[in-house]
Formats: sequence, structure tokens, C-alpha cells
Amino acid sequence: MATIAGTLTQPASSGIWSWITTVDHKRIGALYGVTAFIFFMWGGFQALLIRTQLAVPHGVVIDAKLFNELFTMHALTMIFLAVMPLGASFTNYLLPLMVGARDVAFPRLNALSYWVFLFGGLLLTSSFFFGAPDGGWFNYAPLSSKQYSPGPGITFYAVGLLILGVSSLMAALNFATTIINMRAPGMTMMRLPVFVWMSLIISFLLILALPPLTVALLQLLFDREYGTHFFIASEGGDPILWQHLFWIFGHPEVYILILPAMGIVSEVIPVFSRKPLFGYPAIVFAGVAIAFLGWAVWSHHMFTTGMGAVPKTIFATNTMIIAIPTGVKIFNWLGTMYGGSLRLNTAMSFSIAFIALFTIGGISGVMHASPPVDMQHQDTYFVVAHIHYVLVGGAVTAIFSGIYYWFPKMTGRFLDERLGMLHFWLWFFGVNLTFFPMHYLGLLGMPRRIYTYDAGLGWGLWNMVETIGAYVLAASILVFVWNFFKAMSQPQTAPANPWDAATLEWATSSPPPEHDFDVVPVVRARDPLWHDRDHGIEPAQPTGEHIHVPPPSYYPILIAAGMTVMAMGPLSHLALTAIGAVIVVYGIWGWALEPTE
Amino acid sequence: MSTAVIKGSDNAAIWGPYNLIMWLAGIVFVVIMAITAIFTLMFRERPGREAQQIHGNTRLEVIWTMIPVAIVVAITVPTISTIQAQSAPPPADAMKVIAIGHQWWFEFQYPDLGISTANELHLPVDKPVHFELRSADVIHSFWVPQIAGKVDMVPGHTNFLTFTATEARPEPYLGQCAELCGFSHANMRFRVFVDAQSDFDSWSKSVAAKAVTPVSPLAKQGQEIFNRSACIGCHTVNGTAAQGKTAPDLSHVGARTTIAAGILVNNEANLTRWIHNSADVKPGSLMPPMAKSAGGALSDEEIKAVAAYLLELK
Repeated sequence: MATIAGTLTQPASSGIWSWITTVDHKRIGALYGVTAFIFFMWGGFQALLIRTQLAVPHGVVIDAKLFNELFTMHALTMIFLAVMPLGASFTNYLLPLMVGARDVAFPRLNALSYWVFLFGGLLLTSSFFFGAPDGGWFNYAPLSSKQYSPGPGITFYAVGLLILGVSSLMAALNFATTIINMRAPGMTMMRLPVFVWMSLIISFLLILALPPLTVALLQLLFDREYGTHFFIASEGGDPILWQHLFWIFGHPEVYILILPAMGIVSEVIPVFSRKPLFGYPAIVFAGVAIAFLGWAVWSHHMFTTGMGAVPKTIFATNTMIIAIPTGVKIFNWLGTMYGGSLRLNTAMSFSIAFIALFTIGGISGVMHASPPVDMQHQDTYFVVAHIHYVLVGGAVTAIFSGIYYWFPKMTGRFLDERLGMLHFWLWFFGVNLTFFPMHYLGLLGMPRRIYTYDAGLGWGLWNMVETIGAYVLAASILVFVWNFFKAMSQPQTAPANPWDAATLEWATSSPPPEHDFDVVPVVRARDPLWHDRDHGIEPAQPTGEHIHVPPPSYYPILIAAGMTVMAMGPLSHLALTAIGAVIVVYGIWGWALEPTE
Repeated sequence: MSTAVIKGSDNAAIWGPYNLIMWLAGIVFVVIMAITAIFTLMFRERPGREAQQIHGNTRLEVIWTMIPVAIVVAITVPTISTIQAQSAPPPADAMKVIAIGHQWWFEFQYPDLGISTANELHLPVDKPVHFELRSADVIHSFWVPQIAGKVDMVPGHTNFLTFTATEARPEPYLGQCAELCGFSHANMRFRVFVDAQSDFDSWSKSVAAKAVTPVSPLAKQGQEIFNRSACIGCHTVNGTAAQGKTAPDLSHVGARTTIAAGILVNNEANLTRWIHNSADVKPGSLMPPMAKSAGGALSDEEIKAVAAYLLELK
């Protein structure tokens, strides 16, 4: 970590303590990125185990209980510990730079979000030592109740997600405040980079979606540990209540996962097409429309639960409607490529692949938006195909595009292009090999979440193909990791704007100084750097004024530790919750009183 | 288990919109992939090529918004009419079946015929059947893909599914639980036999009758062991002291083609293995091991006798 410290910023101090107490958004972004990528590889390893077990009928690699734990934890790891934090990593690093600010609105809160994420992720992952959650990532009641899941796994699920929710909520409040309050002079809302718009939208989605999830998790925790009956039918509760509360969170959650990725692609494609984004207002309004409509579709996850004809019709119609703003964005990206001068480097290749792969995922989603069709798709591999095309072919592919694009800005070095293209082609081939046959398996009636299956159903061949595909994906990740370490060993030679890009992060050095900008930029148009280049406007010179940089603090990591101790209470003894609360209160007290100059 | 094989009215209704949606999906897929590939190749950077600085084109954007609207409307109309058709009340002459999901087996009751059985469903061809779907424990889902779409079995709720099976044949249609329900979700399967009316009538008469008296000495011995062991605490054998209600009804288990909820062929070897220690076959099984070597009360000879008894319960 100490070597990365010297390369990502030029800090006044270095060493582990400077990382533990940092409140610099760039360092926090780096911490998020590295931590999330490690969790991504851990989630991928779990997927490899799953796929190895399913490669042949009557597989003997993984037993029934471990298999259920693996697919549950694979999803939880990928969604909450990999894709969301990777998005947060980009937002953290880039958001202040893109709006011309010098940090987020609340730097210590930013650090707190990271440490809570790290400790919450470790707590959830540690469940493998005691009995991991095994009821699936959406964890339906009453399977999740103490009666049917007596081990600690589901309690780990509840407290783990409660903590991770706090991390996301604080980040969302921070980002929204930064975007609304801290834009540079001239940076109007309609001049914001699309990535910033997407960050603003998902911040509001998080702020509104996390409360119902929090309520559901607390109700689950109380049902399991303290004798309530919210979801227990025999005592007057209703398992369907869990599904409603979960999916009111769960559906906006998928937009939280994909919108930052769409933001990244909206930044990369114009730069490497050498022309502005086609239809910027439409893409922004489509994002806002998705954010609103995303609240009206949640029960499409519940079409088979015995809903009546009227709710099925309403939710199906709303789900079809939301396909429209999503599809429109695809056309805007294609329109950006049209007539351009395309530089097909690794970053651009991943973004173009995103267009194709996300479209496939979108198409399969519209298919099971129809409840009659969903009666055949629900809980089969057809849904697994859809999920993975939008999340792996969509979100993760866009994240790789962003990594290759912003790597020079963040580290001052370039990732190797030949290794990058090798990574890309293995990835593209692997995604299709692993996930395309799943559509067919769903059609052939293979249910999801089964640890084994019979021979003679026509499922064996395609499962084997998918397993091979999973190993191809693993190989592509190894190529990327090799590329990363190779690049980090190079000297820092990247200029401020190596791609001739348009947005403000490219107006400062690579990597930026701790205070981000020597001079707060004045923004005269959308794509400010292209505007200034085309109108011959020189960047302003520094005036020598003192630039305030928020001082480091150890209260964020302390409070995060206290919160984690609190979360361990329901897992062992409530005394821990009391002790943790004391630590948190002490931390908040110190935070409130410490000097910030 | 292929959903594309249509052997029932509900699956036939589903394939109305499904066909249209498949075609539209295919067309959109080909068009978008083609445009993406063509643009990527056609607009590659070349010496002397300048990018055209276009910001947008309102007319084009309106057109490419209207086209998805049209596609979505085209999908929604047959979707809504199928939803309506599927939620119509069942015909008055529909046969009623109550299906109850358990961890990890299916209970089937035919209240009008006095039948209670498990894991193997018999239905008369070309007659509407109206299912009431319930659960005794966690959420399960009732799915026989070639005949009907799936509907969940939710504790505290009764869900409904009505369909007519359209092809009688000797081989059963395969069904499987389609909602994660615990360790052996993968092992919770069922079979649907669609019979000509006369075959269905003889089946239903034989299953409604009391259990047959065993004939062979080994089977008689098996019955005696069965009736003094833990078996009767959970299982029913009609007309005997075994009246347990929490496990599959065994009155006519000898006539079933599979056991353990569709995962083992019903023969002496498998029955023995199952009785010996069901958790070996089905992880998490709630049936305790019966063999002395696995912590139960029965010797291997006693288990052999019980298996012989069960096989005679046709």
C-alpha cells in the first residue's frame, strides 16, 4: 500500500497511518477500488466453485449445503462488495474533479463510508467460518426464519447488510451534497458530465431505497432473535411482506448497479469517437426517467407469487415502459460513434462491448417482463442469463472500460495495450461462452439454485460449456492483474490529458496534487476542455493563495470499528452492541470537536 | 423439462405472447448487434478522417423513441389478454386437486375422490383441473413446464392454477420445485401422469381404497416391523395403525414409479437405501435414519422386510 501511496498522490506524509487517517477523496477512491477488486476476485472464485460443481450431472465437488452458501455469498459479494464499491471508487475519485471541487462535501464521512464498507464486508465474509447465509441473496421468508435456518448464517446476512447499507447511505448523502453545492463557477446542471448525473441519480435512489431494506432487515433480525413474527404465517405474519420490502429496495438497486456503468460509457465513447455525446439532454432525462420509473416495477420479481390480474398487468406495463428510456441510451451511444473517428483501444473496446452485451441483457429482461412468459422463466437459468448479461456484460465491462481510461489520471502510468486487448478478448469471449447458453438451459427447464441435476435432460453439455467459459473469464482477470502490477512498476510519465478528453479531471496533472486543482476552473460550456481548446482559451495561472486541504482524522476508522462491534451483538451477545455503541459515541464526540483547519 | 414442448392448455396460452416476444427479441438483437459491428468497423480512425461534430438530431431521436414504444405496445397487448385468460375462474366441472409443498416433497389430495398421495400426480386428459397450491413450511413452487407455467406455494396463502392436460401417454411429465426451499431444493421433484379417462378412473379407485394386505411372508414381517417402528409417527397406510400426517402417504407406494420425490427409481435396492439413511440420498432429509449402523433402530434384515412390504402396497 505504501508504494501505491507514492504513486496515486503526492501526500505530505506516507505510510500506513496516512492511509488509515486519510480523508482525501482520491486515496479513498483508491482504497475502495483495490478492496472492491479483491472482493470481486473472491466472488469470482466462489462462482468457479459453483460452475465446477455444475459442469456434469450428479457432480460431487460441492455438497448441497455449501452450494447454497456459495451462490448466496457469490451474489452478496458481487453486488454489495464488488460492483457497488467499484462504482463508489470511481465516483469518489472523479466526482470532485469533474465538478471542479477539491474534495467531497464531507471528507471524514467519506472515509467513514469506506471503513464501514471494509469492516462490514469482512464481517459478512467471515460467516463462512460459522455458517454462511444460504437462503439466496434475496433470502425469502420463511426459509430465512430461525425455524428453517437455525444456524447463524441469516443473522450474518442481516447485520452485514445493515452495516453495508449505512456505508452506502452516507456515501449517497455525501455525493448528492457535493454535486448540488460544490460545483465550480459556470458548471450548471446541464453542463455536468453524464457520469456525475448518474452519480446524483443513484445517490437519490440509495437514499430512498435503503430505508425499506433496513426495515426489512431489522424485522428479519427481530423475527430470528427476539421473538417477533413479521414474516411467520403461522403466527399471523406474511412471508410476502418480506418480498415487497426487499424488492422495493431490490429493484432500484439494480439501477444503482448499472447507472454508474452507463455514466462511464457515456464518458469514454465520446472521447474515443472524437465527437461529443449524441443527444446529451436525452441521456440525462432518460436517466432521470429510469430513476422515477424504477420505483414502479418491483413486483415484477413476484409475478409467480399469486398476484391478481390487476397488479400483474400494472407491473408488467411499467416494466415494459422502463425499457424505453433504457433503449434510448443505447441509440445515443451508437449515435455518438456514428461519423466519428474511433480509436479502438482497450477502454473503447470495453465500452463498445458494453453496448452489445447490455442490450442482450435488456432484451431478455423485456421478455420476462411479460407475466405469462415469466411463468416459464422465473427461477430458471433464463433469469440467471439475464442477470449476468446486465451485470457482467454490462456493469463490470463498463468498469473495466473506466479502469483503462482513468488509470493514467489516477496513477500517472498507462496499462499495457496489448495485455489490455488480450484481457478484453478473453473477457468478451468468456462472457458469451458462460452466459449465452444459460438462455437455452432456461428454455429447457433447468431451475436455478440447484446443486445437482439428472443426466438425460439435455442440460449436461451446456453446463460444461458454461464452466469452460467461467475459466476463460478467470484467465482474463489474471491477465488484467498481471497488467496492473506491470504498469505500477513503470515510471509516472502520463501527461495531464493523454486522451485529449473534455472533462475537468483532465485539466490537472496525472496524478492530481493533493488539493486537486491549482486554480478552481471556470466552466464555460459542456465538455469544458474541448470548448477552451477550440476557442483558444488558456488555463488560468495559480494566484499563490492558500489552498485549504481537510486534515486527516482517525475518528472515521474508529467509528467504523465501533459500528462493526455493535453489529456483532446479535451474533453473539448484546453486550457487544453496548460496547460498540460507546465507541461510536466517543468517536462522534471526538469528530465533532476536532479542529478542521 | 423443456418449456417449448406444449402439452397443456396453460403452456399453450403462454406461448401465444411468448412466440411474438421471441421473434421481436430476435429482430432487435440482430439489428442492434449489426449496427454496433458496422459502426465499429466503418468509423475506425483513418489518416485524414475527421469526426463529424454532431450534437444530436431531434427528429431521429423522436423516431428511435417511438419504435421501442411500438414494440412494447405490441408485446403488452397479448400479454394483458393472456393474463386475463389465465385468471378466469375455473370451469364448474373442473376436478379439484390440493397440492401442498413440504420440505422436500409434494403432497397431492383429491378431496372429491377421497385420495391422498405424494409426488406422483395422475390427471385425466382433456379435462380441466383446478389446483389449490399451499405450503406446509417454506415457499415452494409448483412447476410442470410442458403443461403449465409455475405458481408459488406460499405458507399462509392459497394460490390457484387451472389447466387442462392435452396429451395422454405412459411416460410421465416431469415437474420440479422452482423456489429455493432449503438444502434439498434440487431434489424436490414430481411426476405427472396424464391418463385416458378410463385409466384415470381405475387409478383413482385403487388409490382411494384401503391398503392391500401383504402376501409374502417377508412382506408380512415387514408390515409388523413397520407398525411397531417410528414409521407410523409420520406416514399413513390406509386401513392400518399408521396414520401419521407429516410425511408422504404410503398406502399405495408400491405402485409409484419413483420415490424420494422423484429422484430414485422405486425398487428394492433404492427403498432399502432410503430407509437405511435418507439423508445420504437427500441432504437435510427430515426422515431420521432407520438403520442401526446410522443411529436408528432397525437391522439390515428388518429394513429388507419393510422394503418388501412397501413394494407390495400397490
